[in-house]
Amino acid sequence: MSIKGKAFIAGIYEHPTRKAEGIPIAQLHAEVAKGALEDAGLGLRDVDAYYCAGDAPGLGGLSMADYMGLDVRHSDTTETGGSSYILHVNHAAAAIAAGKCKVALITLAGKPRTGGAPPGRPPMAVQPPDLPFEAPFKPTVLNIYAMVARRHMHDHGTTPEQLAWIKVAASHHAQHNPHAMLRDVVTVEDVVNSPVVADPLHRLDCCVVSDGGGAVVVVAPEIAAQLKRPKVSVMGAGEAIKHMAGGQVDLSYSAGQWSAAAAFAEAGIKPADIKYASLYDSFTITVLMQLEDIGFCARGQGGRFVADGGLISGVGKLPFNTDGGGLCNNHPGNRGGMTKILEAVRQLRGEAHAAVQVKNCDLALAHGTGGYLGTRHGSGTLIMERM
Amino acid sequence: MNDKKKDAISADVALEPYWEAARAGRLLLKKCTDCGKAHYYPRPLCPFCMSANTEWLQASGHGSIYSWSVERRGTPPYAIAFVSLPEGPTLLTNIVDCDLDALAIGQKVQLAFETRDELPVPVFRPA
Ligand SMILES: [Zn+2]
Repeated sequence: MSIKGKAFIAGIYEHPTRKAEGIPIAQLHAEVAKGALEDAGLGLRDVDAYYCAGDAPGLGGLSMADYMGLDVRHSDTTETGGSSYILHVNHAAAAIAAGKCKVALITLAGKPRTGGAPPGRPPMAVQPPDLPFEAPFKPTVLNIYAMVARRHMHDHGTTPEQLAWIKVAASHHAQHNPHAMLRDVVTVEDVVNSPVVADPLHRLDCCVVSDGGGAVVVVAPEIAAQLKRPKVSVMGAGEAIKHMAGGQVDLSYSAGQWSAAAAFAEAGIKPADIKYASLYDSFTITVLMQLEDIGFCARGQGGRFVADGGLISGVGKLPFNTDGGGLCNNHPGNRGGMTKILEAVRQLRGEAHAAVQVKNCDLALAHGTGGYLGTRHGSGTLIMERM
Repeated sequence: MNDKKKDAISADVALEPYWEAARAGRLLLKKCTDCGKAHYYPRPLCPFCMSANTEWLQASGHGSIYSWSVERRGTPPYAIAFVSLPEGPTLLTNIVDCDLDALAIGQKVQLAFETRDELPVPVFRPA
Protein backbone atom coordinates (compact mmCIF):
# COMPACT_ATOMS: atom_id res chain seq x y z
CA MET A 1 0.00 0.00 0.00
CA SER A 2 1.24 3.46 -0.86
CA ILE A 3 0.35 6.76 0.83
CA LYS A 4 0.72 8.67 -2.44
CA GLY A 5 -2.17 11.08 -2.81
CA LYS A 6 -4.02 9.60 0.17
CA ALA A 7 -3.32 12.36 2.68
CA PHE A 8 -3.10 16.16 2.58
CA ILE A 9 -1.33 18.77 4.69
CA ALA A 10 -4.31 20.96 5.55
CA GLY A 11 -3.01 23.19 8.32
CA ILE A 12 0.30 24.56 9.55
CA TYR A 13 1.37 26.95 12.27
CA GLU A 14 4.67 28.21 13.60
CA HIS A 15 4.79 29.78 17.04
CA PRO A 16 6.10 33.34 16.73
CA THR A 17 7.95 33.21 20.05
CA ARG A 18 11.67 32.62 20.19
CA LYS A 19 11.85 33.14 23.98
CA ALA A 20 8.87 31.80 25.95
CA GLU A 21 9.52 33.27 29.39
CA GLY A 22 6.87 32.08 31.85
CA ILE A 23 5.03 29.88 29.34
CA PRO A 24 5.09 26.11 30.00
CA ILE A 25 5.77 23.62 27.21
CA ALA A 26 2.22 22.20 27.35
CA GLN A 27 0.78 25.64 26.64
CA LEU A 28 3.07 26.06 23.63
CA HIS A 29 1.84 22.70 22.29
CA ALA A 30 -1.77 23.81 22.69
CA GLU A 31 -1.14 27.20 21.07
CA VAL A 32 0.47 25.69 17.98
CA ALA A 33 -2.31 23.08 17.78
CA LYS A 34 -4.91 25.85 17.82
CA GLY A 35 -2.99 27.80 15.19
CA ALA A 36 -2.69 24.85 12.80
CA LEU A 37 -6.35 23.85 13.19
CA GLU A 38 -7.49 27.43 12.55
CA ASP A 39 -5.20 27.59 9.52
CA ALA A 40 -6.87 24.44 8.18
CA GLY A 41 -10.38 25.65 8.98
CA LEU A 42 -10.91 22.80 11.43
CA GLY A 43 -11.71 22.64 15.15
CA LEU A 44 -10.76 20.65 18.20
CA ARG A 45 -13.63 18.16 17.75
CA ASP A 46 -12.49 17.34 14.22
CA VAL A 47 -9.20 15.87 15.45
CA ASP A 48 -9.23 12.08 15.74
CA ALA A 49 -5.49 11.35 15.84
CA TYR A 50 -2.58 12.93 17.70
CA TYR A 51 1.18 12.63 17.25
CA CYS A 52 4.01 14.05 19.31
CA ALA A 53 7.63 13.22 20.17
CA GLY A 54 9.96 13.36 23.15
CA ASP A 55 9.54 17.11 23.60
CA ALA A 56 5.98 16.62 24.94
CA PRO A 57 5.90 16.75 28.75
CA GLY A 58 4.93 14.02 31.19
CA LEU A 59 3.37 10.99 29.57
CA GLY A 60 3.79 12.57 26.14
CA GLY A 61 0.73 11.91 23.99
CA LEU A 62 -1.37 11.02 27.02
CA SER A 63 -0.55 14.21 28.91
CA MET A 64 -1.04 16.39 25.86
CA ALA A 65 -4.35 14.76 24.83
CA ASP A 66 -5.52 15.35 28.41
CA TYR A 67 -4.31 18.99 28.45
CA MET A 68 -5.81 19.88 25.07
CA GLY A 69 -8.98 17.83 25.48
CA LEU A 70 -8.37 15.63 22.42
CA ASP A 71 -10.45 12.57 21.61
CA VAL A 72 -8.21 10.33 19.54
CA ARG A 73 -8.59 6.91 17.97
CA HIS A 74 -5.04 6.81 16.67
CA SER A 75 -1.80 8.10 18.20
CA ASP A 76 1.94 7.80 17.73
CA THR A 77 4.88 9.11 19.73
CA THR A 78 7.75 8.05 17.47
CA GLU A 79 10.95 9.65 18.74
CA THR A 80 13.89 10.15 16.40
CA GLY A 81 15.01 13.49 17.80
CA GLY A 82 14.47 16.54 15.63
CA SER A 83 13.33 14.56 12.59
CA SER A 84 10.40 12.97 14.50
CA TYR A 85 7.69 15.21 13.01
CA ILE A 86 8.56 14.25 9.43
CA LEU A 87 8.16 10.61 10.42
CA HIS A 88 4.87 11.53 12.10
CA VAL A 89 3.52 12.86 8.78
CA ASN A 90 4.49 9.55 7.19
CA HIS A 91 2.73 7.62 9.96
CA ALA A 92 -0.32 9.88 9.89
CA ALA A 93 -0.62 9.49 6.11
CA ALA A 94 -0.35 5.70 6.44
CA ALA A 95 -2.97 5.64 9.20
CA ILE A 96 -5.30 7.80 7.11
CA ALA A 97 -4.74 5.60 4.05
CA ALA A 98 -5.58 2.57 6.21
CA GLY A 99 -8.79 4.19 7.45
CA LYS A 100 -7.62 4.48 11.06
CA CYS A 101 -8.25 8.25 11.29
CA LYS A 102 -9.13 11.30 9.21
CA VAL A 103 -7.65 14.36 10.94
CA ALA A 104 -4.20 13.93 12.49
CA LEU A 105 -2.67 16.67 14.61
CA ILE A 106 1.12 16.77 15.07
CA THR A 107 2.73 19.18 17.55
CA LEU A 108 6.21 20.22 18.67
CA ALA A 109 7.19 22.68 21.38
CA GLY A 110 10.28 23.34 23.44
CA LYS A 111 12.01 26.02 25.43
CA PRO A 112 15.72 25.36 25.79
CA ARG A 113 16.35 29.10 26.25
CA THR A 114 14.07 29.62 29.20
CA GLY A 115 13.96 26.25 30.93
CA GLY A 116 12.84 22.73 30.19
CA ALA A 117 15.14 20.23 28.55
CA PRO A 118 18.74 21.47 28.23
CA PRO A 119 19.95 22.04 24.65
CA GLY A 120 20.51 18.90 22.63
CA ARG A 121 19.56 16.41 25.34
CA PRO A 122 16.27 14.59 24.96
CA PRO A 123 14.95 13.31 28.27
CA MET A 124 16.20 9.80 28.99
CA ALA A 125 14.42 8.07 31.85
CA VAL A 126 16.35 4.84 31.34
CA GLN A 127 20.05 5.18 30.57
CA PRO A 128 21.16 3.91 27.15
CA PRO A 129 23.38 0.81 26.85
CA ASP A 130 26.18 2.83 25.26
CA LEU A 131 26.46 5.12 28.29
CA PRO A 132 29.65 3.78 29.94
CA PHE A 133 31.30 3.31 26.54
CA GLU A 134 30.71 6.82 25.22
CA ALA A 135 29.76 9.33 27.93
CA PRO A 136 33.21 9.27 29.64
CA PHE A 137 34.74 10.75 26.46
CA LYS A 138 32.45 13.79 26.57
CA PRO A 139 30.70 13.54 23.21
CA THR A 140 28.59 16.61 22.45
CA VAL A 141 26.19 17.29 19.62
CA LEU A 142 28.85 19.66 18.33
CA ASN A 143 31.89 17.39 18.33
CA ILE A 144 29.98 14.39 16.99
CA TYR A 145 28.75 16.40 13.97
CA ALA A 146 32.21 17.97 13.67
CA MET A 147 33.77 14.56 13.15
CA VAL A 148 31.49 13.98 10.17
CA ALA A 149 32.64 17.31 8.73
CA ARG A 150 36.30 16.41 9.37
CA ARG A 151 35.87 13.15 7.54
CA HIS A 152 34.12 14.83 4.58
CA MET A 153 36.97 17.31 4.28
CA HIS A 154 39.50 14.47 4.36
CA ASP A 155 37.68 12.31 1.81
CA HIS A 156 36.50 14.98 -0.63
CA GLY A 157 38.57 18.12 -0.07
CA THR A 158 35.55 20.03 1.22
CA THR A 159 36.60 23.38 2.72
CA PRO A 160 35.37 25.46 5.67
CA GLU A 161 34.53 28.17 3.13
CA GLN A 162 32.21 25.83 1.24
CA LEU A 163 30.42 24.88 4.47
CA ALA A 164 30.15 28.58 5.29
CA TRP A 165 28.15 29.17 2.10
CA ILE A 166 25.30 27.21 3.68
CA LYS A 167 25.07 29.71 6.55
CA VAL A 168 25.42 32.59 4.10
CA ALA A 169 22.45 31.29 2.07
CA ALA A 170 20.32 30.87 5.21
CA SER A 171 21.13 34.42 6.28
CA HIS A 172 20.11 35.79 2.88
CA HIS A 173 16.69 34.23 3.45
CA ALA A 174 16.40 35.17 7.16
CA GLN A 175 16.73 38.89 6.41
CA HIS A 176 13.16 38.76 5.10
CA ASN A 177 11.70 36.92 8.12
CA PRO A 178 10.66 39.32 10.90
CA HIS A 179 10.56 36.44 13.41
CA ALA A 180 14.08 35.19 12.65
CA MET A 181 16.58 35.34 15.51
CA LEU A 182 19.49 36.24 13.20
CA ARG A 183 18.45 38.63 10.43
CA ASP A 184 21.82 40.05 9.45
CA VAL A 185 23.25 38.80 6.18
CA VAL A 186 26.65 37.20 6.85
CA THR A 187 29.59 36.51 4.55
CA VAL A 188 31.83 33.49 4.15
CA GLU A 189 34.52 35.48 5.99
CA ASP A 190 32.14 36.13 8.91
CA VAL A 191 31.58 32.39 9.27
CA VAL A 192 35.18 31.19 8.99
CA ASN A 193 36.40 34.01 11.23
CA SER A 194 33.91 33.17 13.98
CA PRO A 195 35.45 31.13 16.83
CA VAL A 196 36.09 27.44 16.25
CA VAL A 197 33.82 25.59 18.67
CA ALA A 198 34.65 22.01 17.66
CA ASP A 199 37.14 21.60 14.82
CA PRO A 200 36.36 22.08 11.99
CA LEU A 201 33.03 23.74 12.90
CA HIS A 202 32.82 27.43 13.76
CA ARG A 203 30.23 29.13 15.91
CA LEU A 204 28.38 30.32 12.80
CA ASP A 205 28.26 26.77 11.42
CA CYS A 206 25.77 26.05 14.21
CA CYS A 207 22.02 26.59 14.46
CA VAL A 208 20.43 28.96 16.95
CA VAL A 209 18.99 27.83 20.28
CA SER A 210 15.38 28.96 20.48
CA ASP A 211 12.10 28.41 22.25
CA GLY A 212 8.93 27.91 20.25
CA GLY A 213 7.11 25.22 18.37
CA GLY A 214 4.95 24.32 15.44
CA ALA A 215 2.11 22.09 14.35
CA VAL A 216 0.81 20.33 11.26
CA VAL A 217 -2.63 18.93 10.49
CA VAL A 218 -2.76 15.96 8.09
CA VAL A 219 -6.17 15.02 6.71
CA ALA A 220 -7.93 12.49 4.50
CA PRO A 221 -8.75 13.49 0.88
CA GLU A 222 -12.49 13.83 1.63
CA ILE A 223 -11.70 16.30 4.44
CA ALA A 224 -9.23 18.25 2.27
CA ALA A 225 -11.90 18.57 -0.41
CA GLN A 226 -14.11 20.53 2.02
CA LEU A 227 -11.42 23.01 3.10
CA LYS A 228 -10.55 26.36 1.57
CA ARG A 229 -6.75 26.30 1.83
CA PRO A 230 -4.54 25.37 -1.15
CA LYS A 231 -4.26 21.59 -1.46
CA VAL A 232 -0.89 20.10 -0.54
CA SER A 233 -0.72 16.37 -1.11
CA VAL A 234 1.67 13.87 0.48
CA MET A 235 3.34 12.19 -2.50
CA GLY A 236 5.82 10.00 -0.72
CA ALA A 237 7.74 9.55 2.49
CA GLY A 238 10.61 7.48 3.77
CA GLU A 239 12.42 6.95 7.02
CA ALA A 240 15.49 5.13 8.26
CA ILE A 241 17.76 4.78 11.27
CA LYS A 242 21.55 4.58 11.04
CA HIS A 243 23.80 3.72 13.97
CA MET A 244 27.30 2.59 14.84
CA ALA A 245 26.68 -0.94 13.54
CA GLY A 246 28.55 -2.77 16.26
CA GLY A 247 31.61 -0.65 15.58
CA GLN A 248 31.52 -0.64 11.77
CA VAL A 249 31.38 3.14 11.82
CA ASP A 250 31.07 4.88 8.45
CA LEU A 251 30.62 8.65 8.54
CA SER A 252 30.49 9.03 4.75
CA TYR A 253 26.69 8.94 4.51
CA SER A 254 23.59 9.26 6.66
CA ALA A 255 20.30 7.39 6.93
CA GLY A 256 18.96 10.03 4.55
CA GLN A 257 20.34 7.94 1.72
CA TRP A 258 17.75 5.27 2.55
CA SER A 259 14.85 7.50 3.61
CA ALA A 260 15.14 9.64 0.48
CA ALA A 261 15.33 6.64 -1.85
CA ALA A 262 12.13 5.27 -0.30
CA ALA A 263 10.36 8.63 -0.55
CA PHE A 264 11.30 9.19 -4.19
CA ALA A 265 10.30 5.63 -5.11
CA GLU A 266 6.88 6.18 -3.55
CA ALA A 267 6.43 9.60 -5.14
CA GLY A 268 7.60 8.36 -8.53
CA ILE A 269 9.76 11.41 -9.15
CA LYS A 270 13.50 12.18 -8.97
CA PRO A 271 15.55 14.75 -7.01
CA ALA A 272 15.91 17.00 -10.07
CA ASP A 273 12.10 17.45 -10.09
CA ILE A 274 12.12 19.15 -6.66
CA LYS A 275 11.65 22.95 -6.83
CA TYR A 276 12.28 23.71 -3.14
CA ALA A 277 13.94 21.74 -0.32
CA SER A 278 13.74 22.17 3.44
CA LEU A 279 16.93 20.56 4.72
CA TYR A 280 17.74 19.92 8.35
CA ASP A 281 20.32 22.48 9.39
CA SER A 282 21.41 21.80 12.94
CA PHE A 283 24.86 22.48 11.51
CA THR A 284 26.13 23.37 8.06
CA ILE A 285 27.57 19.86 7.68
CA THR A 286 24.10 18.38 8.25
CA VAL A 287 22.86 20.17 5.11
CA LEU A 288 25.88 19.15 3.07
CA MET A 289 25.46 15.46 3.92
CA GLN A 290 21.73 15.56 3.11
CA LEU A 291 22.32 17.12 -0.32
CA GLU A 292 24.45 14.11 -1.21
CA ASP A 293 22.30 11.53 0.58
CA ILE A 294 19.10 12.72 -1.09
CA GLY A 295 20.79 12.83 -4.47
CA PHE A 296 20.71 16.56 -5.25
CA CYS A 297 24.39 16.14 -6.09
CA ALA A 298 26.88 13.29 -6.35
CA ARG A 299 28.71 11.95 -3.29
CA GLY A 300 31.56 14.30 -2.41
CA GLN A 301 30.22 17.16 -4.55
CA GLY A 302 28.26 18.89 -1.77
CA GLY A 303 30.92 21.54 -1.22
CA ARG A 304 30.89 22.59 -4.86
CA PHE A 305 27.08 22.46 -4.95
CA VAL A 306 26.60 24.95 -2.11
CA ALA A 307 29.44 27.34 -3.02
CA ASP A 308 28.71 30.73 -4.59
CA GLY A 309 25.10 30.86 -3.46
CA GLY A 310 23.99 27.43 -4.71
CA LEU A 311 21.22 27.33 -2.08
CA ILE A 312 20.02 30.95 -2.27
CA SER A 313 16.48 31.38 -3.60
CA GLY A 314 16.49 33.09 -7.00
CA VAL A 315 20.26 32.67 -7.30
CA GLY A 316 21.26 29.04 -6.92
CA LYS A 317 20.29 25.64 -8.26
CA LEU A 318 18.29 24.57 -5.21
CA PRO A 319 16.49 27.11 -2.97
CA PHE A 320 16.57 25.80 0.60
CA ASN A 321 15.23 26.88 4.02
CA THR A 322 13.72 30.14 2.80
CA ASP A 323 12.52 30.99 6.34
CA GLY A 324 16.16 31.22 7.44
CA GLY A 325 16.09 27.68 8.80
CA GLY A 326 17.60 26.51 12.05
CA LEU A 327 20.80 28.34 11.19
CA CYS A 328 19.16 31.78 11.39
CA ASN A 329 15.43 31.62 12.13
CA ASN A 330 14.63 29.15 14.90
CA HIS A 331 15.23 25.62 16.13
CA PRO A 332 12.42 25.18 18.64
CA GLY A 333 13.30 22.75 21.39
CA ASN A 334 16.52 21.89 19.53
CA ARG A 335 14.32 20.09 17.01
CA GLY A 336 14.16 21.35 13.46
CA GLY A 337 11.98 18.81 11.65
CA MET A 338 8.68 20.58 12.21
CA THR A 339 9.80 23.92 10.83
CA LYS A 340 11.18 22.11 7.79
CA ILE A 341 7.67 20.89 6.95
CA LEU A 342 6.11 24.31 7.62
CA GLU A 343 8.28 26.27 5.19
CA ALA A 344 7.93 23.61 2.48
CA VAL A 345 4.12 23.89 2.78
CA ARG A 346 4.35 27.72 2.64
CA GLN A 347 6.37 27.42 -0.57
CA LEU A 348 3.83 25.04 -2.12
CA ARG A 349 0.95 27.34 -1.15
CA GLY A 350 2.79 30.36 -2.51
CA GLU A 351 2.82 31.85 0.99
CA ALA A 352 6.55 32.21 1.54
CA HIS A 353 7.93 35.76 1.72
CA ALA A 354 7.77 37.32 -1.75
CA ALA A 355 11.54 37.86 -1.77
CA VAL A 356 12.21 34.14 -1.39
CA GLN A 357 9.08 32.54 -2.91
CA VAL A 358 10.04 29.98 -5.55
CA LYS A 359 8.12 30.48 -8.80
CA ASN A 360 5.69 27.71 -9.77
CA CYS A 361 6.67 25.72 -6.72
CA ASP A 362 4.63 22.56 -7.21
CA LEU A 363 7.02 19.93 -5.78
CA ALA A 364 8.82 20.35 -2.47
CA LEU A 365 10.78 18.16 -0.10
CA ALA A 366 11.29 18.31 3.65
CA HIS A 367 14.07 16.25 5.16
CA GLY A 368 15.17 15.73 8.74
CA THR A 369 18.17 14.23 10.50
CA GLY A 370 17.47 13.70 14.20
CA GLY A 371 19.78 12.55 16.97
CA TYR A 372 23.54 12.41 16.49
CA LEU A 373 24.72 12.28 12.89
CA GLY A 374 28.00 10.52 13.78
CA THR A 375 26.68 7.92 16.22
CA ARG A 376 22.97 7.18 15.91
CA HIS A 377 20.33 9.17 14.06
CA GLY A 378 16.94 8.89 12.40
CA SER A 379 16.22 10.40 8.98
CA GLY A 380 12.88 11.24 7.46
CA THR A 381 12.09 12.44 3.94
CA LEU A 382 8.75 13.88 2.91
CA ILE A 383 7.78 14.80 -0.65
CA MET A 384 4.75 17.02 -1.17
CA GLU A 385 2.88 18.31 -4.20
CA ARG A 386 0.60 21.30 -4.71
CA MET A 387 -2.54 20.01 -6.42
CA MET B 1 31.16 8.14 40.22
CA ASN B 2 28.13 9.55 38.52
CA ASP B 3 25.24 7.56 40.02
CA LYS B 4 23.60 6.91 36.67
CA LYS B 5 26.80 5.47 35.21
CA LYS B 6 27.31 3.41 38.37
CA ASP B 7 23.78 2.01 38.07
CA ALA B 8 24.28 1.14 34.42
CA ILE B 9 27.45 -0.80 35.25
CA SER B 10 26.42 -2.57 38.46
CA ALA B 11 23.17 -3.74 36.86
CA ASP B 12 24.95 -5.45 33.97
CA VAL B 13 26.39 -8.83 34.98
CA ALA B 14 27.42 -9.64 31.40
CA LEU B 15 29.94 -6.79 31.45
CA GLU B 16 31.81 -7.87 34.60
CA PRO B 17 34.72 -9.43 32.64
CA TYR B 18 35.01 -6.24 30.60
CA TRP B 19 35.42 -3.98 33.62
CA GLU B 20 37.73 -6.44 35.35
CA ALA B 21 40.02 -6.46 32.30
CA ALA B 22 39.79 -2.68 31.99
CA ARG B 23 40.96 -2.27 35.58
CA ALA B 24 43.99 -4.38 34.58
CA GLY B 25 44.65 -2.18 31.54
CA ARG B 26 43.26 -4.56 28.92
CA LEU B 27 40.56 -3.68 26.38
CA LEU B 28 38.11 -6.46 25.60
CA LEU B 29 35.93 -6.60 22.49
CA LYS B 30 33.32 -9.21 21.73
CA LYS B 31 33.62 -11.71 18.89
CA CYS B 32 30.82 -13.88 17.54
CA THR B 33 31.75 -17.54 17.06
CA ASP B 34 28.91 -18.01 14.57
CA CYS B 35 29.42 -15.15 12.11
CA GLY B 36 33.03 -14.46 13.09
CA LYS B 37 32.65 -10.70 13.42
CA ALA B 38 33.98 -8.60 16.30
CA HIS B 39 31.84 -5.84 17.78
CA TYR B 40 32.06 -3.00 20.29
CA TYR B 41 30.58 -1.88 22.70
CA PRO B 42 30.23 -5.44 23.95
CA ARG B 43 26.83 -7.17 24.00
CA PRO B 44 25.80 -10.74 24.90
CA LEU B 45 23.88 -11.05 21.62
CA CYS B 46 25.83 -10.41 18.41
CA PRO B 47 24.51 -7.24 16.67
CA PHE B 48 25.29 -8.77 13.27
CA CYS B 49 23.45 -12.11 13.56
CA MET B 50 21.84 -12.11 17.06
CA SER B 51 23.75 -15.25 18.03
CA ALA B 52 24.26 -15.77 21.77
CA ASN B 53 27.64 -17.38 21.04
CA THR B 54 29.90 -14.42 21.65
CA GLU B 55 33.29 -14.54 23.33
CA TRP B 56 35.72 -11.97 24.64
CA LEU B 57 38.56 -10.86 22.40
CA GLN B 58 41.46 -8.80 23.75
CA ALA B 59 42.34 -5.82 21.57
CA SER B 60 45.98 -5.51 20.50
CA GLY B 61 45.97 -1.89 21.59
CA HIS B 62 46.93 -0.57 18.16
CA GLY B 63 44.65 1.82 16.35
CA SER B 64 44.39 4.64 13.84
CA ILE B 65 42.31 7.80 13.89
CA TYR B 66 39.21 7.53 11.65
CA SER B 67 38.00 11.05 12.51
CA TRP B 68 38.55 13.57 15.27
CA SER B 69 37.51 16.93 16.68
CA VAL B 70 38.79 19.21 19.40
CA GLU B 71 36.12 20.59 21.70
CA ARG B 72 37.57 24.09 21.98
CA ARG B 73 35.04 25.19 24.60
CA GLY B 74 36.00 22.36 26.95
CA THR B 75 37.82 23.36 30.13
CA PRO B 76 40.41 22.40 29.18
CA PRO B 77 39.85 21.71 25.47
CA TYR B 78 39.95 17.99 24.63
CA ALA B 79 40.23 15.74 21.59
CA ILE B 80 37.44 13.30 20.82
CA ALA B 81 37.93 10.71 18.10
CA PHE B 82 36.72 7.60 16.37
CA VAL B 83 39.63 5.15 16.46
CA SER B 84 39.65 2.10 14.19
CA LEU B 85 41.11 -1.10 15.62
CA PRO B 86 42.81 -3.79 13.51
CA GLU B 87 40.35 -6.27 15.06
CA GLY B 88 37.51 -4.55 13.15
CA PRO B 89 35.49 -2.20 15.35
CA THR B 90 35.83 1.57 15.43
CA LEU B 91 35.22 3.08 18.85
CA LEU B 92 34.51 6.50 20.30
CA THR B 93 37.33 7.67 22.56
CA ASN B 94 39.65 10.52 23.47
CA ILE B 95 43.15 11.18 22.19
CA VAL B 96 45.26 12.17 25.20
CA ASP B 97 48.83 13.36 25.80
CA CYS B 98 48.84 14.89 22.32
CA ASP B 99 49.29 18.20 20.54
CA LEU B 100 45.66 19.22 19.92
CA ASP B 101 46.76 21.08 16.79
CA ALA B 102 48.64 18.15 15.26
CA LEU B 103 46.01 15.40 15.04
CA ALA B 104 45.29 13.78 11.67
CA ILE B 105 43.04 11.18 10.13
CA GLY B 106 45.07 7.99 9.67
CA GLN B 107 47.42 8.83 12.54
CA LYS B 108 48.61 5.74 14.48
CA VAL B 109 47.60 5.70 18.12
CA GLN B 110 48.18 3.37 21.08
CA LEU B 111 45.78 2.25 23.81
CA ALA B 112 46.04 3.61 27.34
CA PHE B 113 43.61 3.63 30.23
CA GLU B 114 42.42 6.56 32.30
CA THR B 115 40.11 6.61 35.27
CA ARG B 116 37.05 8.81 34.80
CA ASP B 117 34.53 9.01 37.64
CA GLU B 118 36.08 5.83 39.10
CA LEU B 119 35.58 4.07 35.75
CA PRO B 120 38.62 2.68 33.83
CA VAL B 121 38.09 3.83 30.25
CA PRO B 122 40.12 3.16 27.08
CA VAL B 123 41.78 6.24 25.59
CA PHE B 124 44.54 6.53 23.01
CA ARG B 125 47.77 8.48 22.71
CA PRO B 126 49.90 9.09 19.62
CA ALA B 127 51.94 5.94 18.86
ZN1 LIG C 1 27.28 -12.97 14.81
